[in-house]
Amino acid sequence: MLEWLFASPAQRRLLGDGRMRGPTAWVVAIMSFSIMIIAAAGLALANTASVLSNAIEARYSVEVPAGGANLGATLEALRSAPGVASAEAVPESEMRHTLERWLGPAAASADLPVPALINFDVRADANLAAIQKRVQAVAPDAQVSAHREAVGPLLQSLRVLQWVALGLVVLLTAAACAAVVLAARGALDTHRSTIEVMHGIGATDRQVTDLFQRKIAIDALIGSMVGAMAAALVLLLLATGAAFAGELTGGATLSGIDLVLLSLLPLALTVLATWVARTAVLAALRQAL
Amino acid sequence: MLGKARGLAKRSPRAIGVGGTILSEVAEFDSVGLRYGTGAEVLRDLDFRLGHGGFYFLTGPSGAGKTSLLKLLYLAQRPTRGRIRLFGEELTDAPRESLPHFRRRIGVVFQDFRLVRHLSAFDNVALPLRISGATEEQVEGPVREMLAWVGLADRASARPPTLSGGEQQRVAIARAVINRPDLLVADEPTGNVDSEMAQRLMHLFGALNRLGTTVVVATHDVGLINATPGARLIRLEHGSIVDPTGTLRNPPRPARNDA
Repeated sequence: MLEWLFASPAQRRLLGDGRMRGPTAWVVAIMSFSIMIIAAAGLALANTASVLSNAIEARYSVEVPAGGANLGATLEALRSAPGVASAEAVPESEMRHTLERWLGPAAASADLPVPALINFDVRADANLAAIQKRVQAVAPDAQVSAHREAVGPLLQSLRVLQWVALGLVVLLTAAACAAVVLAARGALDTHRSTIEVMHGIGATDRQVTDLFQRKIAIDALIGSMVGAMAAALVLLLLATGAAFAGELTGGATLSGIDLVLLSLLPLALTVLATWVARTAVLAALRQAL
Repeated sequence: MLGKARGLAKRSPRAIGVGGTILSEVAEFDSVGLRYGTGAEVLRDLDFRLGHGGFYFLTGPSGAGKTSLLKLLYLAQRPTRGRIRLFGEELTDAPRESLPHFRRRIGVVFQDFRLVRHLSAFDNVALPLRISGATEEQVEGPVREMLAWVGLADRASARPPTLSGGEQQRVAIARAVINRPDLLVADEPTGNVDSEMAQRLMHLFGALNRLGTTVVVATHDVGLINATPGARLIRLEHGSIVDPTGTLRNPPRPARNDA
């Protein structure tokens, strides 16, 4: 099945000693680099969205009006409610610090009515309606809200970005395949006389195709590996390097499975490019008798 | 002048060999026509047989259709009408996947040699053997022997651009005959060489013919035809077979008894 990979010296001489003409390997290298970077970004986004989603899935907030007059009672009611795993009041200083980003020094003003806030986590079997009822029994104007409602748009954006990343990976892969098809056609044109001679003396399409397939596979493998190594270097710098990189990555990480997937991408690109080249060469050969 | 009939028999079920011997047929053309694209027919109503072991010259003015007829013979073209049988097999509509098997039984000397420029003379001659699946051990001896036979033993590693026209022609001929083909087709094989070399090449063809290969040579060279005893003439004009000498107008016709 893979005997085409192991051409004899005589078979290698048939298409000349050099690699395929044209910048196939370079194009594939650029595509491979871009695909790796975008795929890594997409996976990191997926991981970030997953972490964020898990963190807020069970988290709720209670806004206690009237400056938090019922804060203590509300907190006690929450902690004693069935299904509540934990409940913590957000310190006023932390609230003011958060507001400072928008209001500046005015956030520290005593005249500013800062709402009191309690964050609580629920267990999977929690009855939210019962918890809400218990809270409102202590603080009738208190409002319970799920964190996922607030962060939902951000999560949605992250998921859209994942699909955008996937789409870009598909587009770049298609572009790489198109480049390989063009390279295969160019190689067929370059070696047309050799092919005619081979056909004329009884070579089968498969014998001719194997020669081109092997050449293109080598170019694609070299290109995708070079691109992948460059991408790996960039990702390594982003993961471990300069401070600005730390800000950029924002804690997004790649799991072991992600790294395995990324390392398989160049091989997948090579296999796909080889298959596309074989199909293109066979289709072109079938045009002739 | 052309010696005894060895193979061509127009509209006969069997080709006629020397002394009236009935030969099996290598090629049978029945009402064959050929046109390229939507153009006019370049070959019309070709009916002939090539007998096994025959030696044939194909002649005619430029544009008569000699090269087109040869293309049909070495399976580079399909006829647009009529039927062609080669080696006893109907190949007119045969699937293209089956053609390589038949092409390996045909040696072709192209008018322009069609050597692979970046391969050595050795590799060019070895190509048919390698395509047939021969191992390097099986290739080495026969190719060296064949190169010696055509006088190019010391030029085995030379590439075509460094060879003279005559040397290239001999490499092309060595490549065509290395597989001991059942049918050898040569298009103006002496067109680019001097008369001495032409005679040498015809001796090579004759030797191969004596080993049983059917030989078809397209040529304008009347001297060459005259110097080849036992050969038959197929003359083409305007895409049809004619015979100005009259010898083929009423060829010997055996009784229609195939048994």
